Amino acid sequence: MHLRINGKEAELAATTIAELLAEQGIDPKTRFLAIAVNGAVVRRADWPTAFLAADDNVEIVRPFQGG
Amino acid sequence: MTDPLVIADTTFSSRLIAGTARYPNQQVMLDALAASGAELVTASIRRISLEGYSGSLIDLLGDKYRILPNTAGCVTARDAILTAELAREALDTNWVKLELIGDRELLYPDVEQLVHAADELVRKGFVVLPYCNEDPVSCQKLADVGCAAVMPLGSLIGSGMGIANPAAIELICSRSPVPVVLDAGIGTASDAAQAMELGCDAVMIDTAIAKSHDPVRMAAAMRAAVEGGRLARLAGRIPKQRFAEPSSPQLGLVGS
Repeated sequence: MHLRINGKEAELAATTIAELLAEQGIDPKTRFLAIAVNGAVVRRADWPTAFLAADDNVEIVRPFQGG
Repeated sequence: MTDPLVIADTTFSSRLIAGTARYPNQQVMLDALAASGAELVTASIRRISLEGYSGSLIDLLGDKYRILPNTAGCVTARDAILTAELAREALDTNWVKLELIGDRELLYPDVEQLVHAADELVRKGFVVLPYCNEDPVSCQKLADVGCAAVMPLGSLIGSGMGIANPAAIELICSRSPVPVVLDAGIGTASDAAQAMELGCDAVMIDTAIAKSHDPVRMAAAMRAAVEGGRLARLAGRIPKQRFAEPSSPQLGLVGS
């Protein structure tokens, strides 16, 4: 399925956010991680059941240094 | 003497809010934050790298400090609101330092977008601390939509130019119904002291500490300056006058 992840085009087999993280090698238990799909935050508890659709725009973020 | 800073019913004993960016390394940042006495420290929200994902400095700070996420770099209300919502999910805080930039070179706030985004975030239950112009009307509008504090700029972000318009900052402080946190432009300790003397409730400092030659020592200097400036404000400065006034007694002068 074609997705846009953090601004980059990607072709993934994942159908949920949890599967997307697994496919990208990101530990879903990583602290301070947050995800939005098409401009709406998806709560951590919903990652296993949040289904993705083709061309979804996924943002995976966390806090970094800042002023 | 207790003189806490209170923002949105939350009490802080330190009136210095510290940034976490631009430090030469992680250890210097940690030592400088400790020396600053800050309890509230800022963080940005950024996309993780999908290739070779690594940890973040915030991992080290999250348990020791209260993190104030910012929306730095956002140029539209929509992006700033989404960033705030992501920050709330990531850090489990409804506090946000709202930045909406109207000019990428000057990093000057876009007041129109800022007021709109602040209004929407307050309605969504956020505690909003907006980085804003040093203009009493903008600050009033932000307070009116429910911001928990206002953060007028002293001068351009990262410029170290100090407080370019002290009269405006003093005016904002004298009229603001919410705490005033001077943000941006502080270059050295006297700037931080001046902000407090003008009536600011707190100051936000990042670059002036992080990019100094000795960030840990500068952090201690800023802490002392903020405390000194606050004490001077509470004590009340003498009025300025145009002529000398002898401080020693006039009577009993030898030889008269």
